[in-house]
Amino acid sequence: MRHFKADLHTHTVLSPCGDLEMSPQNIADKAIEKGLDIIGITDHNSTMQCATVKNVAGKRGLFVLCGAEVTTKEEVHCLAFFEAPDQLSYFNDFIYEHLADVKNDPEKFGYQALVDENEMIISQPEKLLISATDLSIEELEEKVHEMNGLFIAAHVDRISNGIIGQLGFIPPDLNFDALELSKFTTFQKFVSDYPQQKNYTFIQSSDAHFINDVGAVYTQLYMEEPTFQEITKALKKQDGRKTELKL
Amino acid sequence: MKVSELRDDLGLKVFSGKEGMDRNVSGGYVSDLLSDVMGNSREGQVWITLQTHKNVMAIASLKDLAAVILVKGHQPDEDTLKQSNEEGVPILGTDKPTFEIAGKLYKTLEKHEAF
Repeated sequence: MRHFKADLHTHTVLSPCGDLEMSPQNIADKAIEKGLDIIGITDHNSTMQCATVKNVAGKRGLFVLCGAEVTTKEEVHCLAFFEAPDQLSYFNDFIYEHLADVKNDPEKFGYQALVDENEMIISQPEKLLISATDLSIEELEEKVHEMNGLFIAAHVDRISNGIIGQLGFIPPDLNFDALELSKFTTFQKFVSDYPQQKNYTFIQSSDAHFINDVGAVYTQLYMEEPTFQEITKALKKQDGRKTELKL
Repeated sequence: MKVSELRDDLGLKVFSGKEGMDRNVSGGYVSDLLSDVMGNSREGQVWITLQTHKNVMAIASLKDLAAVILVKGHQPDEDTLKQSNEEGVPILGTDKPTFEIAGKLYKTLEKHEAF
């Protein structure tokens, strides 16, 4: 087994707030430059860009963990990951249906460009992807785990859209596969502020919206090989697999 | 001023926590960020929010708030109701938006010299 460097939270040009330079090709280039082995693609409330990134980055030896950053009705951001393309597509439609019916205005919020390998725009989802869904965090957790996905509370150290900021504290009966720290904190600082959370698995990710932020922070996944199953085991601390963060 | 008087004055629906209708109201607090309520609300206040998660009740009871008012016709989640009944902290409801009900609450409390 060995360590794999993983930045599991990056946006693409599909997120309205994602910079136009966040194309699949550029993300792959930057990830390789930063020495990452694994990148997570997590646009706001959509998994649609994952397939192209997986294709482009896969050819260059990167493993792409495919998912989305979902906004619950409490406005908590959660990462959800799935292995199979049909699960991703089903989940995408499920979330889109539950997303508030607000149209994107590119002038105000930015373009939501679904692009192909050559950075040509294929389509633009009509609904504003940074809106909230009408799913409670419990409903979302149940759905993700029912589909054998991974469920991670995003940037738990951030007041806005982090679970502690929105809900005051982490509901103890909610089943997270990991808690994610943003680049604005460290494991040591977070655990000294919230010592009761220290038994969770932690990851740390860049939440990159701009190309230079890709890989700004990362998680070391200690495991056999970069696969969905091995990542799952690392998050669940099974069979000697584990995650490690910079202190 | 008691929660039951507030219910009558503002025409509020009572979802749960009927045992707490005699609780004394000493002010109001408006926020949908639960961490903010946890940090800044004070004992005896009525909390106006659109959040329906069960953590609302955990915080209301921890901070010894008089009651919670859900706005815009929001319904409490099932486990939120349950906890409200267990703790005896009432959850009230209105179809009005936050701005309107907060204005009415302020006027009523002022009239009753409740804060």
